[in-house]
Amino acid sequence: MGGSSSLLPQEALGEYQELTFLNKQEILLAYKRFSELLPREQRENACSVRVPKSQILTLPELRPSPSRQANPFQHRICHVFSTSEDGDDSMSFEDFLDMLSVFSDAATSDIKSRYAFRIFDFDDDGVLDGKDLEKLVNCLTGQGEEARLSSIEMEQLIRNVLEESDIDKDGTINLSEFQHVISRSPDFVSSFKIVL
Amino acid sequence: MSEFGAGAELPGWVTESRSRGEFFSPEESHAAAPAGFLQELPSYRSVLRRRAAAGDVQERWGNLRGIASAERREPQPDGGERGAIPLWELPFSIAEKRDLQQGDIKYSSGWNHWKRTSSKSWKKALKDIKELSSYMQLWRHDIHSIEGKFGTGIQSYFSFLRFLVLLNFLMFILMFSFVTLPAVISNYGIFNSSSTKISPNNTEPYCTVYTPSGNKGLVYFYTYLKDLLTGTGFLEVTVLFYGYYTIDAAWFSVLRYNLPLAYLLTTFAYLALSFVWIIKRSVERFRQHLVHDEDQFQSYCNKVFAGWDFCITDLNAARLKHRSLLYELQTNLEEERLKQKIAERTMKEKLRIYSLRIFINIIVIAVLSGCFYSIYRATVFSQENSSVSIRRNVMIANLLVQYLPSIVITSANFIAPQIFSFLIAFEDYSAAFEIRLTLIRCVFVRLANVGVLLFSLWSQIHCDNDQCKACGYDYELYPCWESAVGQEMYKLLIFDFMIIIAMTLFVDFPRKLLVTYCSWKLVQWWGLQEFGISDNVLEIIYGQTICWIGTFFSPLLPAIATIKYFIIFYIKKISLIHTRKPASRPIRASSSNFFFLAVLLIGLILAFVPLGVSIALISSSKACGPFRNFNTSWAIVPYTILEFPIGLQKFLYGIASEAFAVPFFVIACLFMFYFIALAGAHKRVVEQLREQLVTESRDKLFLLEKLSEAQKNSGKPQKARVDFFWLLEPLDKGR
Repeated sequence: MGGSSSLLPQEALGEYQELTFLNKQEILLAYKRFSELLPREQRENACSVRVPKSQILTLPELRPSPSRQANPFQHRICHVFSTSEDGDDSMSFEDFLDMLSVFSDAATSDIKSRYAFRIFDFDDDGVLDGKDLEKLVNCLTGQGEEARLSSIEMEQLIRNVLEESDIDKDGTINLSEFQHVISRSPDFVSSFKIVL
Repeated sequence: MSEFGAGAELPGWVTESRSRGEFFSPEESHAAAPAGFLQELPSYRSVLRRRAAAGDVQERWGNLRGIASAERREPQPDGGERGAIPLWELPFSIAEKRDLQQGDIKYSSGWNHWKRTSSKSWKKALKDIKELSSYMQLWRHDIHSIEGKFGTGIQSYFSFLRFLVLLNFLMFILMFSFVTLPAVISNYGIFNSSSTKISPNNTEPYCTVYTPSGNKGLVYFYTYLKDLLTGTGFLEVTVLFYGYYTIDAAWFSVLRYNLPLAYLLTTFAYLALSFVWIIKRSVERFRQHLVHDEDQFQSYCNKVFAGWDFCITDLNAARLKHRSLLYELQTNLEEERLKQKIAERTMKEKLRIYSLRIFINIIVIAVLSGCFYSIYRATVFSQENSSVSIRRNVMIANLLVQYLPSIVITSANFIAPQIFSFLIAFEDYSAAFEIRLTLIRCVFVRLANVGVLLFSLWSQIHCDNDQCKACGYDYELYPCWESAVGQEMYKLLIFDFMIIIAMTLFVDFPRKLLVTYCSWKLVQWWGLQEFGISDNVLEIIYGQTICWIGTFFSPLLPAIATIKYFIIFYIKKISLIHTRKPASRPIRASSSNFFFLAVLLIGLILAFVPLGVSIALISSSKACGPFRNFNTSWAIVPYTILEFPIGLQKFLYGIASEAFAVPFFVIACLFMFYFIALAGAHKRVVEQLREQLVTESRDKLFLLEKLSEAQKNSGKPQKARVDFFWLLEPLDKGR
């Protein structure tokens, strides 16, 4: 941790502990990683600076590389957690902490499912419809033409997913249906996790 | 209640042709402005009112979100009612939570404030304790890094290994403190203790002759090595084996410590501990999923929504994950299409397939019998040729004979699964079922091999002539048969450990070197080996079953098992990182966990059988051990009960008698049937409610269409609304 722990004021540390699921070590580690993303002269004000999306995406947990990405949901994550008014998806330190808090081990399944819903909702309309599901599946199977399902398979898959989760049969999945189906999914809590 | 209407964000109403299942819970979305009248619907209001009264968390969040984002600076009379929801569990950003906190502090009364701060500090204390206990977890960092590189499927194998290390350590502590320590202390007379050995009566003198061949005089050094590997010689008379505990009572000053009883009870205790811990661990993971009867692990939603492991940080691992997800989805979709095909099979085809399956099952049974017979013969051969006192110089041959059963079992455990995976291709099952069936067969082979070994050992120990009958076992060859069985288990454990190390050193690393530096096509196609999770897990479960059975005969075996699994963790980790490629078939953490624990439980229950037979049916040896004076090891329990006060005796006899057992069993069955019926009824209710939800939403859709039509056409929205609200009222009553 070195010198960065002296830069994060104690009461801010206490406040963040209260407002997130993270513990002290995790917050300090997050602070260190976040300040490494900033150019040197801005490091002292790490708390209040916003980091543009391209910088955030250099973190290994979210990293892209020219042809491949480690995390296919990185853009959505930046978009969902960013509180920037300009809509440029830049993240401040607090947004970064928010993200880590939701993705931490200690977060409740309820919080995780709410944010997962927002991340998967590619067109931000509050429901998951067929197009959202299609984009979701394409993210899962990877980039490139050979890594996609054929259109017949995609249709079959989306039909199956909707059949399992769409309770009111309106062709879309809203938050409650999503949370309902997630509560029965045994893998969700263990896979929806990022630990620095 | 509808003051926050302007600020709250309701889901967007896009067209008349779409409807929502849950129209009325405010959600945090950036949607189009809703039609104003919908917030005034009585059903909406009553739902809000009811939820607020019941303290529904979800509703509060919706309210608070509306408040927080829209009207941050205004007085918030509802702030104090937030109650005991800790701030960190709210789904808002940090800035919004901070505002809520300020709002709370400003507008709450003294009592509420005190209540809130005390519950907050309590929750914080709990959080700190959890954090501290997670630091003390063994291998936390290692397992986390494995998870990051390889995903949660492989990580579950390493967590399982950690669980076994802890379990064995606890078993060791149990046996050590209640059995070994008192025995050692009283034998050496420390702390004013002494031990008494009562010479057995009512037995023939020849049954009690036992002269363990501890090394006397000058021996070659390699004899020590041989003894270390086979448990004979100097090791036989140490604390490691049953024969050492030939103590009937230990005296610490004036306290009498009943060592035989302690030995037996500690055995039951470690079995019960393992049983309870395994069940607790498996129930923890599956508490919520028992109601729904769908197959959880195969559901598409699980694959799609929980498919991506967010903790993967390695690019290669991510690429592999993409591929495996694609493969899994394609296979499942294809299976579904295949099911259609299967349903359309003709009679002739069905007959052909079934007869083929029966034939292959017969082959499987033949393979199994082959394994069992070879194990039996190997054990008999090994026992016959090593119980003769051998002082030959050919050490290697001697060792080989001693280890023959272990060698045969390990080869059977290796060959049989290969045969099974080859055969199953002909049986034409769906892919998922194929995997499961092969797994079941492999599990059966591994566990049954241990059973056959014990059976053949017992057949050796048992003998039929008259002299033997007096002792109850073959006194010439096995004066202390429990130590002999203990030695066999010890050899199995050591051999298993050596094989794992040897496979890693002499197969995996050379293969990796070959693949890296040799560019022949054949070698490259052969490639690196996959990290087969099920194979590895079956390996360690086999070792654990041996440990459970062997601990009764060799009390320090759990210590050896702990060290063994500790070292295996590092070996497997290094092997995984350097010499393996991850499996191309996707592994789901949840189904893996369930599978590991289920097989472990089967292993434990299998261990009960030989232990039960040894304790209760086979006569204990008269020449050594704590149960010399009793017919069987179990006999000490009735003997002890006879020394209890009469009332307690009567009570215990009553519990064990049929008069109690049969009604107890009948009542237990009644309870079970009741719960099964209850579960069935709940399932039916859930189905009915689902249907009702669908019909209700269709009704609402219809009514909304009518409503908007009416609004458009009539131009008198008030009147139309009143009419339709009258229609909507009965629907509300159903809530």
